[in-house]
Amino acid sequence: MPRPTTGEFPISSTVTPPPPRLYRAPEHRLAAGVAAGIADHLGISVVRVRVAFMVLLGLSGLGLLLYAAFWAVVPLRPGDAVPPRRDLAQLLPFVAIGLGVLLTQVMVFDSVGAAGTAGWLVAIIAVGAGVIWHQSAPERRRQWGESMPVPWLGAVVEESDRRAFVLRFIGGGVLVAVGIIGVAAVYSPAQNFDAVINGVIFALVGLAGVGVVAAPVLWRTWNQLRSEREGRIREQERAELAAMVHDQVLHTLALIQRNASDVKTVQRLARGQERSLRNWLYKPTGSPTERFAAALEQAAAEVEDTFAITVEAVVVGDRETDERVGALVAAAREALVNAARHAAVQTVSLYAEVEPDQVSVFVRDRGKGFDPDTVEDHRHGVRGSIIGRMKRHGGRAEIRSEPGEGTEVRLILPITGAGSATERDR
Amino acid sequence: MAEHGPVEGAQPRDGRLRVFLVDDHAMFRAGVRAELGGHVEVVGEASTVTEAVNRIAATQPDVVLLDVHMPDGGGRAVLDAMRRTHPQVKFLALSVSDAAEDVIGLIRAGARGYVTKTISPDELTDAIRRVADGDAVFSPRLAGFVLDAFAARPDAPVADPELDQLTNREREVLRLLARGYAYKEIAKELFISIKTVETHVSNVLRKLQMSNRYELSRWAADRRLV
Repeated sequence: MPRPTTGEFPISSTVTPPPPRLYRAPEHRLAAGVAAGIADHLGISVVRVRVAFMVLLGLSGLGLLLYAAFWAVVPLRPGDAVPPRRDLAQLLPFVAIGLGVLLTQVMVFDSVGAAGTAGWLVAIIAVGAGVIWHQSAPERRRQWGESMPVPWLGAVVEESDRRAFVLRFIGGGVLVAVGIIGVAAVYSPAQNFDAVINGVIFALVGLAGVGVVAAPVLWRTWNQLRSEREGRIREQERAELAAMVHDQVLHTLALIQRNASDVKTVQRLARGQERSLRNWLYKPTGSPTERFAAALEQAAAEVEDTFAITVEAVVVGDRETDERVGALVAAAREALVNAARHAAVQTVSLYAEVEPDQVSVFVRDRGKGFDPDTVEDHRHGVRGSIIGRMKRHGGRAEIRSEPGEGTEVRLILPITGAGSATERDR
Repeated sequence: MAEHGPVEGAQPRDGRLRVFLVDDHAMFRAGVRAELGGHVEVVGEASTVTEAVNRIAATQPDVVLLDVHMPDGGGRAVLDAMRRTHPQVKFLALSVSDAAEDVIGLIRAGARGYVTKTISPDELTDAIRRVADGDAVFSPRLAGFVLDAFAARPDAPVADPELDQLTNREREVLRLLARGYAYKEIAKELFISIKTVETHVSNVLRKLQMSNRYELSRWAADRRLV
């Protein structure tokens, strides 16, 4: 009877006793004190527990597997001094019983059938439960790792260092591979449906066991990856902001310092930088070639940069551009240029509204103003670029201006066709 | 909603308005103080929310110029702390941000107006005066946001039409505001008195504060603002 023999496990006695758990009881032991510990824990006779182990041997050696599993994961009772010697005389009856049970089993069941599979299944579940219990008591686990006589075995159960992860993964992988190969080798020749089911169960249980062992590691690894990714994203954003500040803001500030006496230039630089930062911070990105609002704002930005004025642009609603809307934007741009050139003001208002049946743009300044009737025929700006262009595309333009009262250009473009209402929503 | 002029005794004897500055940038406070110096009396400054709450309670100014973005909750936190206990103090948001969520958020919290920091000193003085008189101050951009908010879904079901719908007149006033018209120009354009224009604008502000949460939050969500 191959009963496991135990080595001497030094236990540090300075650890404060944790809440009551299952421990091996070295003072009543025959082999490793497993049966005595279980008996203590359950409050039943030691002999009954030992007999139960022996009887379980009949299920393909389940008793032995269970005993080994308990031995592996159940710690010695803390605070106990060096365990007393094994009592070999007492051990003998149980060895005998075990041999008998094994013999009976061999005689009764000649082959490894469904019963054998069930035995393995229960054994693996027992090991898995032991592993879970083992991981639930970190203090005991640490002690166990320290007291391991073989260092690499300690690394397998210790989960706090990187080498242990690798060992676990490799071990788990080997187990799964061996299990699958074994199942294929043992059961594939059999044409019996029962055996195939058994094989599948075996493989699933093996996988579940590996999953249970690897779960904490996988979980923590995933958490680590996630926090690393978050950190990387933050770092990337910071780098992007730093690049933006360097490329634009610092250069603009340097230019402003060197042109401090030129008010116009300073204003133009500051305004351009403000617009750029504002877009970067608050504006959703839109392509000027596709969206009306983006196109209009781009036109306003160009006028601002060229003429060193401020365009207060307010756009309500949005829609896609087409040829007619493009013409409207061009007319609005021309009106802005006129205001910047002739009105002698710092600020021009630009208001655009997209309604279901029309798009309207208003360009207003509070500058010098003029009398529209006196504009000479050869001045093409207003007549050609604004009024003419709007007429050609089915819209209209009004110019209201009085000397001293400023100027307002109103551009209206009716929208025809379905689908325009939905275009209002950005 | 108090909109019937400043409380008695709030103004000093020389008639100048008492203004309080809340901004976490000392340079900017100094700049505003210098710009406003001649026209209003700056009675105090604060750079944090806690300091602002304490000092505003102590100094009882007519108008508080409130920055939106500050550590510990920003202008919103100051408004939430002060509005119930000191309803006579008017708040004018003065921010570098003209993002819709900042503007609408501050107005909904109870600010009487919203102007950006690029505003000229004269316009700022005018805005302070209007707010102190119980009026609302709308920048063209703010008018644009409101139009956008109320116009985007004309067919949306409305829980309380009284509060949630702008009248045509109010919409007209807002459009002219967004086009850059001054109050008196709007009055001339629509053949109404300046006082009427101010009433319309104040009503819009009231609706903006009182309109049901659902509509505005959906509006903000549609534009991915929140």
